[in-house]
Amino acid sequence: MADATFEVFRGDRESGELLEYHVPIAPGMVVLDALHYIQAHQAPDLAVRWNCKAGKCGSCSAEVNGRPRLTCKTRLDALPLDEPITVQPMKAFPVLKDLVTDVSWNYRVNKKILPFTPRPDAEWKMNQREVDRVQEFRKCIECFLCQNVCHVLRDHDKKEQFGGPRFFVRVAGLEMHPLDSLSRTQLLKNELGIGLCNITKCCTEVCPEDIHITDNAIIPLKERVVDDFYDPVRWFLRKLAGRKG
Amino acid sequence: MTEKYETREHDILIIGAGGAGLRAAIEALAQGASVGVVCKSLLGKAHTVMAEGGIAAAMSNVDAADDWRTHFRDTMRGGKFLNNWRMAQIHAHESPERVRELEQWGALFDRTADGNILQRAFGGHSFKRLCHVGDRTGLEMIRTLQDRGVHMGFDVYMECAITRLLKDGERIAGALGYWRENGRFIVFKAKSIVIATGGIGKAWRITSNSWEYTGDGMALAYDAGAELMDMEFVQFHPTGMVWPPGVQGILVTEAVRGEGGVLTNKDGERFMQRYDPKKMELSTRDVVARAIYTEAREGRGTEHGGAYLDISHKPAEYVKKKLPSMYHQFRELADVDITKGPMEVGPTCHYMMGGIRVDAESAQTNVPGLFAAGEAAAGLHGANRLGGNSLSDLLVFGRRAGLAAAAQAKQTGPTAIDDAQVKDGTREMLEPFERSDGDSPYDVHRDLQETMQNYVGIFRNEEDLDRGLNELQKLKQRAAKVRVDGSRLFNPGWHLARDLKSMLTVSEAVALSALERRESRGAHSRIDYPNYDEQWSKLNNIIARDGETMRLRHRTIAEMPEDLKQIVEQT
Repeated sequence: MADATFEVFRGDRESGELLEYHVPIAPGMVVLDALHYIQAHQAPDLAVRWNCKAGKCGSCSAEVNGRPRLTCKTRLDALPLDEPITVQPMKAFPVLKDLVTDVSWNYRVNKKILPFTPRPDAEWKMNQREVDRVQEFRKCIECFLCQNVCHVLRDHDKKEQFGGPRFFVRVAGLEMHPLDSLSRTQLLKNELGIGLCNITKCCTEVCPEDIHITDNAIIPLKERVVDDFYDPVRWFLRKLAGRKG
Repeated sequence: MTEKYETREHDILIIGAGGAGLRAAIEALAQGASVGVVCKSLLGKAHTVMAEGGIAAAMSNVDAADDWRTHFRDTMRGGKFLNNWRMAQIHAHESPERVRELEQWGALFDRTADGNILQRAFGGHSFKRLCHVGDRTGLEMIRTLQDRGVHMGFDVYMECAITRLLKDGERIAGALGYWRENGRFIVFKAKSIVIATGGIGKAWRITSNSWEYTGDGMALAYDAGAELMDMEFVQFHPTGMVWPPGVQGILVTEAVRGEGGVLTNKDGERFMQRYDPKKMELSTRDVVARAIYTEAREGRGTEHGGAYLDISHKPAEYVKKKLPSMYHQFRELADVDITKGPMEVGPTCHYMMGGIRVDAESAQTNVPGLFAAGEAAAGLHGANRLGGNSLSDLLVFGRRAGLAAAAQAKQTGPTAIDDAQVKDGTREMLEPFERSDGDSPYDVHRDLQETMQNYVGIFRNEEDLDRGLNELQKLKQRAAKVRVDGSRLFNPGWHLARDLKSMLTVSEAVALSALERRESRGAHSRIDYPNYDEQWSKLNNIIARDGETMRLRHRTIAEMPEDLKQIVEQT
């Protein structure tokens, strides 16, 4: 059986390098299979996150040949095998060890989001069409690949001012829930910094769940923010009501 | 040398952050308790996220004739009457309320035409009963619970593994664990502990389970003196992927059959006709798994030793809408378009009916202060679990465990951590680094999986089980001397070395119980004892620790009250 050559990042917070491994190719093999082979035969301490190995949990994100991917869904037969396959950790997050990164920032952002708060008079009847729209956002498996490719986070490291596509998707799921009663536009504008997104759609391109992050989540949310904060009539009404802008 | 460790204190420590753990945490928080949740992975990645088909609850939204009695009867029949009937009754009663609650916390289920929660058919359920979100119900459930818990304010210790429960005399006082990231130790002080660690599938080679499913919670409880029950009942899900090799065992949801999928052998015969002509593909999982296995063994299997499962007679759009993740999974991993042709499927180790013995009302074990819920606990499912009953199990008994653990914590005075137990625990964890020879933990794990797959699989007999037990003794010796390379920083080899110990404990309990039960019932099939045995219908196998020895005893099942008997006997 033929071998594939891998160059896998080995290192920690301080330093690291790409190390070469050879893995026998099996039919239908994915990159995560190869990483498991390397663990079992060559590098037992190779740090990799994974759980379901079926694209449902979003744990095994990494950059394969420079492209952000779920390693459990990246087939070897879709990659050029005449050159080494590089596997590196997600660049937008600090490396803990090897392919494992510190994604704890995401969990801190999530805490800021006002939870689902149903209307007091909700009768819990919904039609499938309005549910469909929100279910798209709830498909998110939190692989954080969208966060990883977002320029605002990856290149400009604005983690203090910006929530990132994952959390716009989450807010969209709440804002468009047929029975939710809150408005999160203030949060979007001030704490999650939605204005910093310049709609390059990189997040949408890498989403393994095919969520139309930019078109269906971010743009409608941006519109809501504009309506609430930059529409002169609403601005005036808000002034009258004495709410903070 | 004494290892340093940090200490954290909570009223209640919950081990495991899947559906049961999170639901327990939410309930304990609602009682005003301080709650810590420990999980081996990141929050939101627990096995619940992989549940596909739905949550079984007699909401009667689609079939008005459904009610808790029918759900109770189906569960008892599916479990071949070995279930703890009180648990089955509570479960059937409370599931609808638990589903409604999830919806009120933000979960969005598929809808009926009149706007209610839609329910689908599943094996062994008399009515359309499974509340679902396409085929990603578990994801919806775990996100809803996770966000609810986070906002209520539990402390989550992610990528942290517990290696030992600490006791103060007879009662629970805390737990010792390590951070996966840096290998440092942490001691939790707690008045009650809830074990919600799920199952044990990683002890088999072909499994739908993730790396986390190593039986930690059951082994921890066993080590602390808790009893395990019904350990012979391991569910092999009939439909796992069989090809290509890397995806072998990955789950193919029962919802495929629930939505009308048909099973055939290589001759095109719809073979379920010969095994269960009445229920066909929607027979219970034990029956369908044995049928597929038998077809393959007798030479009627597919190219890769499974059966064909076909849903392509349904409109492509319908398939993509109701089974989106199956559509993607097969297209991306197996080059199969399930809207156009059949899938190849075969049995995969999926779920543990047995586990820690608990009280039906409170989820309490026989160790004071220790509770268990979800897959880690035994009782509800008896000899075979119906699809959809696990997610409802997590909600119903997770909640009850949280409630009882909080009540217990309120009544409990201060407990003390015994430093000697901590020292012993850290010493044990660090030993593998000191060895320069010994097996790699990966090699021992591979051999364990082969042993369980070959000798403690779907069909069992005395000779195989004896041999399996014999192999397990050898593996235990090898596991006690494994060598770990590298440092304590995020070192999967080291983590596996510890997980092996848990897997070996539960594997031995499974093999021992399987050898003892000389009959076939539900998921436990003995070739040498192929029939039901009336004597065994009233007995649970109980496993407990006696010094360093694993002991097995029988426990007689309490008589069912008259009103429940009548429900069960109704046709």
